[in-house]
Amino acid sequence: MLTITSIKNGIVIDHIHAGLGIRMFYQLGLDKADYSVALIMNAASTHMGRKDIIKIENNVDFDVTMLALIDPNVTVNVIEDEHIVRKVKPELPERVEDIITCKNPRCITSVEKYVPQVFTLVNRELGQYRCQYCDEIYTVGKD
Amino acid sequence: MLKGRHLLDPTDFSPGELDEIFDFADQIIQSPAQFNHLCDSSILATLFYEPSTRTRFSFEVAMLRLGGKVVGFSEPTSSSVAKGESVADTIRTVACYADIIVMRHPKEGAPRIASEYSPVPVINAGDGGHLHPTQTLTDLLTIRSVKHQLTGLTIGCCGDLKFGRTVHSLIKATSRYPGNKFILISPKELRVPDYVTADLAAKGITFQEVERLDEVIGNLDILYMTRVQKERFFNEDDYVRLKDVYILNAEKMRLARKDMIVMHPLPRVGEIAYDVDSDPRAYYFKQAKFGMYVRMALIAKLLGVS
Repeated sequence: MLTITSIKNGIVIDHIHAGLGIRMFYQLGLDKADYSVALIMNAASTHMGRKDIIKIENNVDFDVTMLALIDPNVTVNVIEDEHIVRKVKPELPERVEDIITCKNPRCITSVEKYVPQVFTLVNRELGQYRCQYCDEIYTVGKD
Repeated sequence: MLKGRHLLDPTDFSPGELDEIFDFADQIIQSPAQFNHLCDSSILATLFYEPSTRTRFSFEVAMLRLGGKVVGFSEPTSSSVAKGESVADTIRTVACYADIIVMRHPKEGAPRIASEYSPVPVINAGDGGHLHPTQTLTDLLTIRSVKHQLTGLTIGCCGDLKFGRTVHSLIKATSRYPGNKFILISPKELRVPDYVTADLAAKGITFQEVERLDEVIGNLDILYMTRVQKERFFNEDDYVRLKDVYILNAEKMRLARKDMIVMHPLPRVGEIAYDVDSDPRAYYFKQAKFGMYVRMALIAKLLGVS
C-alpha cells in the first residue's frame, strides 16, 4: 500500500483523469520545484475507477484555467492547516494564447513563428477549441 | 459597407452583403463594357505562393476588365519569399504599392496573418486544404443564377472532401441559408475534417456521409464534384477499389434528377467523363465564367468604386 502523507499548507489537484496527471505536472513546472510535490498515478477512485492526484506542499500561485485545458473535470483544493479551505473547479477560458499548440502541420503557425497560437472556445460541453488560423479543432483531454 | 474589408473566409460577409456582390456581378454580366474604366487608377497585387492557373488568371482578367493594373508573382521562387521573408513583412511592403492584395498560400491561415498586417484589402485565393472563398462566391453566383435560390437545396459533395478546400468553403457558406442539406460522398479516408461536421452539427443541419455516389445521386439538387487523387490514399488497393465509384459519367447521370446541376471547381482530371460535358446539367465551364464576373464585382466593392 502506497502511503503519502497529507499536506499542511498547499494545493491538492484531485480528480485528474488517469494518465493526464503527468502532463499537468510538467505544465505546472513541478518537475523543477524546490518544495515537496507528489504525483500519484492510477489511484483507486469510487467514481472514476482510477484517477491521478497532484499534491503541492506550497502556496503556489498558478492559473487554474490552464489546468482545465488539460482536464476540465479536475478539482483544485486549497489546504490551510491541514484543512480544505477552498475548492475551485476551473472553467475553460473563451480564448487562449500560446498555451495550446496547433497540431495541424499545414497551419501557418507551424512556419511563421512570430505568430501567436490563438485558440477560441467553440463548444464548452465537448471542450473544443478552434485554431484562429486554420480552424483545426483541439479537444481538451483528448489531444 | 464592403469598402476596405478583407475576404478570408466565405462567412466574412453576411448573406445580405453577398447579395450586394452578386447583384453587382449581375449588372456586370448584363453590360460588361459599362464597367471598363471602373478601376482605372487602381493596382491589384497577386501573391501566389503556389501554382494556380485559373484563379490567378480569373483575378488578373477581372482587374484588367475593370481598367485596373496587376502586379505580383506566380511562384515564390521569383520573389523575396525565396530569401526567407515572412508573410507579415512581404505584406507590409506590398501594401505600400498596391490598392488590393490577392494571396494564395500552401499554409492554412496565411491570408489571415496577411490581413492582420495589411492596411489594404486582402483576398484569400486559397490557403492549403483550408478555404477558397472566392471559389465559393463563384459557386454561389452560379447556383443563384441557375436555381434562382440559395435555400432549401440538397447539396452533394463528392470526391476528396478532406483536402478539398473548395468543398469546405462551400459547405460553410451554404449552411448559413435555411433548409439546405448535405450529402457528403467520399471514401472514409477522405471525409471532411471534424471542424466542418462539428459546425453542421452545432447548427442542427442535416448531413449524411456515404461512400457511393450512385446510391444518392437521385436525391441531389446540386452535385459538386472534386478530384480523388491517388496519392491521398493510404494503400493502392483502396484506391483501385474506390476510384471508379467517384467518376461521374453519362450512366450515373441517368440516375440523377432532370434539374440537378453538376458543378466542379476545375481542373478535372478524369473524375467527370467527357460524355457528361454535353449534358445540359453540366455547369462547370459556365461556372468558370461566373468566377470572373464575381471577382470583378468583389474587387470593385472592396475598393469602394462600384
